[in-house]
Amino acid sequence: MKNISVDIAVIGGGPAGLAAALEAKEQGAGRVLLLERDGDLGGILQQCIHDGFGLHRFGARLSGTEYAQRYADMVRATDIEIKLDTMVIELTKDRVIYAMNPTDGMMRIECGAVVLAMGCRERTASQVFLYGFRPAGVLTAGSVQRYINMEGYLPGKTAVILGSGDIGLIMARRMTLEGITVKGVYEAAPHLGGLMRNKVQCLDDYNIPLHVGMSVVRVHGKKRVEGVTVAKVGPDFRAIPGTEEFIPCDLLVLAVGLIPENELSRGAQVEMDNKTRGPVLDNNFMTSVPGIFAAGNVAVVFDLVDYVSASGAAAARGAVRFLKGELGGACEYRPVTAGENVNFVVPQRVRTDAEGPTSFYLRVRQPLKKVRLVCEEEGKEIASVRATHAAPPEMMSFEAKLSGGALTVSVTEV
Amino acid sequence: MAQYTCIVCPNSCLITVEEGENGLKITGNQCKRGEAFAKSEHEHPLRMFTSTVKIEGARLPRLSVVTSGEIPKEKLFECQKALNHVVAHAPVSCGDVLVKDFCHTGVDLLASRSMK
Ligand SMILES: Cc1cc2nc3c(=O)[nH]c(=O)nc-3n(C[C@H](O)[C@H](O)[C@H](O)COP(=O)(O)OP(=O)(O)OC[C@H]3O[C@@H](n4cnc5c(N)ncnc54)[C@H](O)[C@@H]3O)c2cc1C
Ligand code: SF4
Repeated sequence: MKNISVDIAVIGGGPAGLAAALEAKEQGAGRVLLLERDGDLGGILQQCIHDGFGLHRFGARLSGTEYAQRYADMVRATDIEIKLDTMVIELTKDRVIYAMNPTDGMMRIECGAVVLAMGCRERTASQVFLYGFRPAGVLTAGSVQRYINMEGYLPGKTAVILGSGDIGLIMARRMTLEGITVKGVYEAAPHLGGLMRNKVQCLDDYNIPLHVGMSVVRVHGKKRVEGVTVAKVGPDFRAIPGTEEFIPCDLLVLAVGLIPENELSRGAQVEMDNKTRGPVLDNNFMTSVPGIFAAGNVAVVFDLVDYVSASGAAAARGAVRFLKGELGGACEYRPVTAGENVNFVVPQRVRTDAEGPTSFYLRVRQPLKKVRLVCEEEGKEIASVRATHAAPPEMMSFEAKLSGGALTVSVTEV
Repeated sequence: MAQYTCIVCPNSCLITVEEGENGLKITGNQCKRGEAFAKSEHEHPLRMFTSTVKIEGARLPRLSVVTSGEIPKEKLFECQKALNHVVAHAPVSCGDVLVKDFCHTGVDLLASRSMK
């Protein structure tokens, strides 16, 4: 086994990991190592060929691939060490990484600090209670996206999409353009899951129908999907008898949500938040294990890549502070409470010695109009933002100058 | 009278366009960009075009592409069809022009990533 020792190791070469490695270098970290299991940098953005990325970060409407390329080029212009085709298989709470690849074999990497940036994975058929035979032709939207946009396969001829989140909408357009007939998008919830603008430019532009309050209740076919039965569902998401309808198709695309990929984090005994399904973070984006930080979709499912990059940079600044010994020793935390209408806030807690500006990310519980977001520290307002509307699919962000007290964040209609 | 949902930013304003004697009357937008969008959507809808083409000599068989500007919405399928005849050869750099004046749209077809 090869022994390596680095100052900062970043696990995952998506936008979070790229931004983290870059910022660590800019903050003066010595040996920075970026570990990525795929054959290239960019993470999920390699398959996001559509445009609409980077409005905040670069002030331009880039495709996901262009956004990733800009960061990858910046990283490659530094002396950050990059190991591709490298799978991290274990992380210990003492910051030792075990990884392997075809050229180095097994590696034991001792790290001054670690940034977790493993991204997320998609929910699958069994997680949405579709049981029965396992015919070919049931795929997650991200898999279909990778097949079509990177590997050059068309996985079917006639498709039904379950789930109306942004990924499902984007794939409806993409498949249509590639000649796959999309019969419709079915959404169990009573409203659209993704952004309105994506419904307009991905479904309406191509006359693809959206059916809300409906779900796929059965998949037909033994070897290959032959069709699906859809039905109206009640508020309990159970099928309403008598509303079933058979739709012939050879592809069922699941766009039913993302789950942060935290197996490595759990192995390192990092405390998890069951709301975000990511690690509990403090204002330095440090987890409960000293020296282990987290950013991007592994921390919480972001929808804007600009926020992902920002969180990567924040985690790297924390990691550099940790290396300098500024975050060592015993420390106390104060909670960040999700107040009125707020589902969760990340980071979840702040150190009592926290100071200076910190960015927070949150989601509201339900759609609201004309809102004011208020952040209070020990009852005193320290930040506020106004917006024309707020909705669960759109993450909100604000910056606050901290002085170490407990925070409460609320969003109310004004 | 016609209504359009603005797709320029996530606010998704519902904009109303009325044809009056003094030209178009545009209401419901919250900013200037929405006004420009509604005008173009009413007169001649435009969209960005993104897709992939075949690439030879690279790690992957497909190269992602984007147009250098928006194209008329009704040309999307024609553009997609035209891609069948485009083959790129590695190495390619992000931003390389693959086809000039793509499908007579006045914009170029660009590689949207680098590939070795
Ligand atoms: C289909 C889709 C459409 C989207 N559309 C938009 C959009 O229009 N606009 C927008 O702003 N945002 C969009 N997003 C969101 C944005 O792309 C993501 O939020 C962002 O890519 C997440 O970055 P990340 O670095 O956290 O994770 P990822 O990009 O997933 O990167 C994680 C990386 O970690 C690697 N990894 C994981 N585990 C290991 C391991 N054990 N060892 C080594 N490497 C590992 C993975 O291979 C991967 O490369 C979209 C996302 C998806 C999935
Ligand atoms: S009009 Fe302006 S604010 Fe409204 S959606 Fe369009 S760009 Fe956004």
